[in-house]
Amino acid sequence: MQTEMTFEVRILDTGESFPCRAGENILKAMERLGRVGIPVGCRGGGCGVCKVQIRGGRFTTQRMSRAHVSEAEETVGVALACRLSPMSDIDLKIVGRMQKKMACATGASQPVT
Amino acid sequence: MAQSPVLRPGHVVLRVLDLEAAVVHYRDRLGLQEIERDGQGRVYLKGWDEQDWFSVVLREADRPGMDSMAFKVISAAALDSLEKDLNAYGCKTARLAAGELSHCGERVRFTLPTGHAIDLYAQKDYMGNGLGRVNPDPWLEGIKGMQAQRFDHCLLYGADLDATIKVLTEVLKFDLTEKVVDGDFVIAAFLSCSNKAHDIAFVRHAEDNKFHHASFLIGTWEEVLRAADIISMHEISLDLGPTRHGITRGRTIYFFDPSGNRNEVFCGDYTWYPDHQPITWTADQIGRAIFYHDRKLNENFLNVVT
Ligand code: FES
Ligand SMILES: [Fe+2]
Repeated sequence: MQTEMTFEVRILDTGESFPCRAGENILKAMERLGRVGIPVGCRGGGCGVCKVQIRGGRFTTQRMSRAHVSEAEETVGVALACRLSPMSDIDLKIVGRMQKKMACATGASQPVT
Repeated sequence: MAQSPVLRPGHVVLRVLDLEAAVVHYRDRLGLQEIERDGQGRVYLKGWDEQDWFSVVLREADRPGMDSMAFKVISAAALDSLEKDLNAYGCKTARLAAGELSHCGERVRFTLPTGHAIDLYAQKDYMGNGLGRVNPDPWLEGIKGMQAQRFDHCLLYGADLDATIKVLTEVLKFDLTEKVVDGDFVIAAFLSCSNKAHDIAFVRHAEDNKFHHASFLIGTWEEVLRAADIISMHEISLDLGPTRHGITRGRTIYFFDPSGNRNEVFCGDYTWYPDHQPITWTADQIGRAIFYHDRKLNENFLNVVT
């Protein structure tokens, strides 16, 4: 029986790491293991919430929204975690961040409790 | 308040990153019927109980989101006069030729102050729901997935909510059915051109022309639970639910298509009549206004848009 190939994904911001199966996207691997770190949004390459920059290692990506990852960014390893699969162990930094986007009268964000 | 010459949301044109994955989602999971594909590769679908040719158009593009939302108006004369009214109000319009979308008549396009392209049209070819119009059966066999009956509404995000509400109510004669306010400041608005609790809704948001969700009607709360089962069976990205909205009273579940566009299937809102008075929700109760059971907002629901 063939053992499944897994790679280690390390989040440089927190020092945490988790394993990801070959062919699986790293956001899915993180969620499946009940881990946190990379912000989770649509899980479809559309919202940009899970944006990361790969600092080391090899990977492949599926099509990502150009509204969130430009061609220039793509050449320097910026990608959406929900569309990214490792081909080796990888190190990444988190770029995306959950912004509070619903405005309120004071211009500040609505409290989200 | 007057009855609007606008009949209903007629269709939504959505951009997707992978057309075939999107077709599987909207056809086999939501249960829309694939009607046709045009020369540009766009895919046309409809809910089983819709009479007109299509209500969803999928277009492959390098970024997901909504190209336009269209409303059917009562007659060609109403289309002409709405165009004049929009122009007189200061809204520029453009005519899109009949057939530009397959089986759809000429459209009048304008852009809402929140940046969204809205089309009006008076004619779309009739297809029927397959049950006939003489002694019909109550439902169609062989419908897949969540068995969405029809396209219902969209929720859109943009900055100038006040101006968008003004165009829709003053020119298109929509009614404001519900709003969320912080003092006098409108955070969210729900508008109807029909008997439904909403046909379109808006949330105030820094960036214009953002798409929050397209919603489809299903029959019962049991079917909402069944939709949740289908979401797990096929590992569809779940946003949240099943739950209840305070606003519109809808029983609902939210999830994402494979490109990250949010969908909703829901049942059970109330009947709106044009002599009704709008409902107000205050910002300090916004949690239960949106999610009546959790009574708190969910970060993803607020922030994730395409
Ligand atoms: S979670 Fe939306 S782009 Fe990855
Ligand atoms: Fe909705």
